[in-house]
Amino acid sequence: KLKSSSFSFSRILSSKRHIGILTLVGGSVTAGFLLHREHVSAGVPVRRRYPASAEFPDLRKHNNCMASNLTPAIYAKLCDRATPNGFTLDEAIQTGVDNPGHPFIKTVGMVAGDEESYEVFADLLDPVIKERHNGYDPRVMKHPTDLDSSKIQSGHFDERYVLSSRVRTGRSIRGLSLPPACTRAERREVERVVVDALSGLKGDLTGKYYSLTQMTEKEQQQLIDDHFLFDKPVSPLLTCAGMARDWPDARGIWHNIEKTFLIWVNEEDHTRVISMEKGGNMKRVFERFCRGLKEVERLIQERGWEFMWNERLGYVLTCPSNLGTGLRAGVHVKLPLLSKDPRFSKILDNLRLQKRGTGGVDTAAVGGVFDISNLDRLGQSEVQLVQTVVDGVNYLIECEKRLERGQDIKVPPPINKFKV
Amino acid sequence: MVKLTLKRLSAEDEYPDLSQHNNYMAKVLTQDMYKKLRERATPSGFTIDGVIQTGVDNPGHPFIMTVGCVAGDEETYEVFKDLLDPVIEDRHGGYKPTDKHKTDLNSGNLKGGDDLDPNYVLSSRVRTGRSIRGFSLPPHCSRGERRAVEKLSIEALASLSGDLKGKYYALKNMTDAEQQQLIDDHFLFDKPVSPLLLASGMARDWPDARGIWHNDNKTFLVWVNEEDHLRVISMQKGGNMKEVFTRFCTGLTKIESLFKERSHEFMWNEHLGYVLTCPSNLGTGLRAGVHVKLPNLSKNTKFEEVLKKLRLQKRGTGGVDTAAVGGVFDISNADRLGFSEVELVQMVVDGVKLLVDMEKRLEKGQSIDDLMPAQK
Repeated sequence: KLKSSSFSFSRILSSKRHIGILTLVGGSVTAGFLLHREHVSAGVPVRRRYPASAEFPDLRKHNNCMASNLTPAIYAKLCDRATPNGFTLDEAIQTGVDNPGHPFIKTVGMVAGDEESYEVFADLLDPVIKERHNGYDPRVMKHPTDLDSSKIQSGHFDERYVLSSRVRTGRSIRGLSLPPACTRAERREVERVVVDALSGLKGDLTGKYYSLTQMTEKEQQQLIDDHFLFDKPVSPLLTCAGMARDWPDARGIWHNIEKTFLIWVNEEDHTRVISMEKGGNMKRVFERFCRGLKEVERLIQERGWEFMWNERLGYVLTCPSNLGTGLRAGVHVKLPLLSKDPRFSKILDNLRLQKRGTGGVDTAAVGGVFDISNLDRLGQSEVQLVQTVVDGVNYLIECEKRLERGQDIKVPPPINKFKV
Repeated sequence: MVKLTLKRLSAEDEYPDLSQHNNYMAKVLTQDMYKKLRERATPSGFTIDGVIQTGVDNPGHPFIMTVGCVAGDEETYEVFKDLLDPVIEDRHGGYKPTDKHKTDLNSGNLKGGDDLDPNYVLSSRVRTGRSIRGFSLPPHCSRGERRAVEKLSIEALASLSGDLKGKYYALKNMTDAEQQQLIDDHFLFDKPVSPLLLASGMARDWPDARGIWHNDNKTFLVWVNEEDHLRVISMQKGGNMKEVFTRFCTGLTKIESLFKERSHEFMWNEHLGYVLTCPSNLGTGLRAGVHVKLPNLSKNTKFEEVLKKLRLQKRGTGGVDTAAVGGVFDISNADRLGFSEVELVQMVVDGVKLLVDMEKRLEKGQSIDDLMPAQK
């Protein structure tokens, strides 16, 4: 697999904040850059500076992974550092400070502004990753990547129950800042690189790009009808992180003619890659997913670019919750009886599955139809996670059938979280 | 120590797409201007991208031409004057970079204003903002700065006495009972929801270091760290604008001296008057207004024209961006800069008097043609 490249320091620098001379202390990226907040020329008033204790956020009412792990000591250590792009700790945690807690799920509460964030702010991000990803310790563990779809067994579901199948992930372009921190020029560069690469896709992957700024009304309506169009984020979890700036500049949607392979550009990540189709052929969906991803990777490499990836974190994305595979494989499945059984949640838990409504995260199920997908992202490979979904959904369908026949069901034993 | 080589993408690549935009910033910011201004930052590190983000993210407002830019600190108005001077000129009726702004907080200079008909004028209110020199403004301030502004404000306000004696309620420490009372009094401000404000970054860390102070009589109110460091409000039921304005001037002057005792002053200069976050609030930062019943006049075709001539603005009774309910309108001065506080309140007092006279005529089925004012 690709090794993470050594970071060259003549980096594209955001003009957004912290203009001035950033000096490098030691030779290590991990130490980050010490911010010099004083203006260099004489006679200009110096910005009032406060000790870390005066800047430390009030997190007493907060319930997110950042708030659980950010101590005053860690804050004091990291608050004057910046990544080579100038991204700071305050920017990384802003979304978690502004959003104390979500009623149903414990949110992560912080984001990365660039690949280096995960190094420079490791003292906070490592424990957050560990908490969010079931004890995965980035300091000692390695994440497996496996995009060989031929390994999937029994990947074709009973279509009387499974209405549709979908696999999504994200990919980031190494060398460009992530959505919370990118400048307009960087974001446009992401769009250019990706759209250029996608124009090289052939066969069943031949497709077209629709830029959000240039879409016709007709194209827009079609994309809405196809359930492809993404909107400007309204969730404060996202807007507080700064990823909706300059909307809709450099945002767009690419999809193949068959409408089974879709890429979002510059939404929450540089790219979100989605393979989907009606029915229960998860194996085929995953096959197309892997083939498409590898093809896109090859095409950007031809042009001198690569995805952000490293051994300890797998694919690097904006939200720490999406590290590793960034993969969510799921189905829309009819489980009217099982969903009313009091053991439903426990069964899902033990199978390492998650339920959502059919509108996606934070929506309710309609007509007994649920979105069922993998809970985990990091510490298991793509193949392992998709197999987990396949096995799990097959089990759920079995339960539903048994309940239909008036038979009892069993809660399965919990499966292992890490298979490395 | 090694100096980092700053390699940056070009101004052309960074320049925002303003082709769909309709705000003052978008009218003025050319690519050349952007190129020049992105090389600069204020001493506290505020950049052109910070100034314009709200205007880039909010292409246009259906009813009003928005400003589309904010200041992150006092120096913004100097460092980015190439952009802000023309924006100010356009927004404030031709106010030039060389013009001087008059401050007049002597309420004795107001003529009349104590007898607006309370059958029509339900309430009277004057508000302004003040910024504390040396601290960054809400779009840019750190938590430490914002807390320092709060602390200073609490100390200064705690010294007010007589009919101005009052109490501070921090948003994050408020009890449910206190919160409900403040809502019932129409005092409580909420976390901003307008994308115009959110996009500028002024709602960060909410509700940390935000709060409301008011006097025991509930006629004088200070908001801390909402859209500006301080918003100062004097209000009461009925039409005695003179009394409202007198309390306003007395209170403001007292607060200013209390800050000075603590070695702090308000941001003010001869050209821009009081310096606030939004360029639209420069000068006096003053909005003097009434809630007034104008069910007949508001349906008259001449209503807008009259308001324009009187240099007045209408809003719904929920404030900016709300609709009028039951024929009751919020009528206030349209100007902020280039006129003194006394002059603006005088315009409101005289203007509202005329509007009420017109309403009375229309009630009786009489014409208002002879009452039409000249352009002020």
